[in-house]
Amino acid sequence: MSDVSIIGIGKTDVGEHWNTSVRHLSWYAIEAALDDAATTDVDALYVGNMLAGRLSQQDHLGALVADFAGLRGVEAVTVEAADASGGAAMRQAVLAVKSGLVRTAMVVGVEKVTDETGSAVIAELATGLDADYELIHGLTAAGAAALLMRRYMHDYGVQLDDFAAFSVNAHGNGADNPEAMFRNRLAAERFATAPVVAEPVSLFDMAPLADGAAAVIVTDAERAMDMAPKPVQVVASTLATDTIALHDRREVLWLAAAAQSAEKAMSMAGIAPHDVDVFELHDAYTILAALSLEACGFAPRGQGWHLARDGEIGRQGSIPISTFGGLKARGNPLGATGVYQIVEVAQQLRGEAGACQVPGAQIGMAQNLGMAGGTAVTHILRADFSGNLEFSGK
Amino acid sequence: MQVSRHWRLKSERYKLVGETCDSCGVKLFPPRDVCLACEAPAKELYTFTGFGEIYSYTTIYDPPAGFEHNAPYTVALIKLEEGPLVTAQLTDMDDEEVRIGMPVEMVTRKLRSEGEEGMIVYGYKFRPAVPVQELSAA
Ligand SMILES: [Zn+2]
Repeated sequence: MSDVSIIGIGKTDVGEHWNTSVRHLSWYAIEAALDDAATTDVDALYVGNMLAGRLSQQDHLGALVADFAGLRGVEAVTVEAADASGGAAMRQAVLAVKSGLVRTAMVVGVEKVTDETGSAVIAELATGLDADYELIHGLTAAGAAALLMRRYMHDYGVQLDDFAAFSVNAHGNGADNPEAMFRNRLAAERFATAPVVAEPVSLFDMAPLADGAAAVIVTDAERAMDMAPKPVQVVASTLATDTIALHDRREVLWLAAAAQSAEKAMSMAGIAPHDVDVFELHDAYTILAALSLEACGFAPRGQGWHLARDGEIGRQGSIPISTFGGLKARGNPLGATGVYQIVEVAQQLRGEAGACQVPGAQIGMAQNLGMAGGTAVTHILRADFSGNLEFSGK
Repeated sequence: MQVSRHWRLKSERYKLVGETCDSCGVKLFPPRDVCLACEAPAKELYTFTGFGEIYSYTTIYDPPAGFEHNAPYTVALIKLEEGPLVTAQLTDMDDEEVRIGMPVEMVTRKLRSEGEEGMIVYGYKFRPAVPVQELSAA
């Protein structure tokens, strides 16, 4: 069994790409990753996507994207796990390389949400909920987050304003990321004036849906040393599931899949939470940021928001999160989000994060959730260039 | 139209029919044939009383397609008196302020309709529970 390393990364701007289709978004990210890896040698392609079949009437993305990315003929499939599709696709690529059956695998996460607008997009996104027992009652993704947030505030005596620091941090980091959708800083005082989407969730609590694509190339670690000056090692890859519906959970305020996948990943990597230098978590809603920090062992139950309040989630804090803006400010291109997280963590570990750089980051974690945590995918990456100081190309 | 998709759920939607576990007695809604608590088979049907209290709630201002006509509306997690949580809309609230812990009871209402000619889907919603003394006085 060989170890797995990342040798190439690429991504598009996140935002409204009115002139660009699913296939072209995918190609731009793939092209960037191939350039970065200085190779065209890819044996398999895993496409993470949630809604192309519904919003663009385009399924069968594996073959389509392979064709338009100049990879015609390679093994290619789509991986779907709601907005954890990108993380799940990454997981498949790692499994493939680790098994030895695939030498070099490409992951591309892509989402094109602006082919539809308004209530149509809200309805399609809500297909990630339980159709027979949640969606039929008019629940939305934001509504599910709101049910969590209301109960959290009730049980732990938390105020609406207490969530503001998550969004202020995300926007502050997004302002430094040229690919982010939102590059404006948020003032905490304005939080209370934001339009309400699903009470108590306001626009300032939720990430904007957006178009985007990101790509990652992985291969076995030994080969990676010869191919890339700064290969980033994938030291853990896990995926766990929980009930989709909140009403089926034993403990509504505990993200069991997030906890299970994080615990297993940290044990695989042989690290503890305090070893993590940068954490790209799934802040589709501020409440999910708080609950993820708790599930992954960075804060006791009911106290995830303390880390935001106390400035611990900033670049200089004990657990920097959303370092490129997170879903909140970089934007949430659903099935692509999990791959953006991987690309961003790799940039941090290579020391190539520009103004978003967390100084000296050596170990990074990415956790991608499907809706309110029905799926949780955790990857832990490690900078390991020690043997590569004399890298001289292929 | 998807008539069969809704038809097969009619006893759940109209009467809150779930299941009970032979081994540990836990009640399940929605029915899933396997006990969530002890994983034993749980196929015996059980009709819930329809009484419970609000566990959490949200008022939705940005509805999905098909629900625009009644937005804003309030969706709640209801803790049924037998134990399980269920997701449903609140109705008949008049001027009452929704709060966590509020006693509610199940009623049957229209969940959604698909245009003038389309199918209408009925099912459970919850309203403030009518206190027992008011019922006996009426
Ligand atoms: Zn049981």
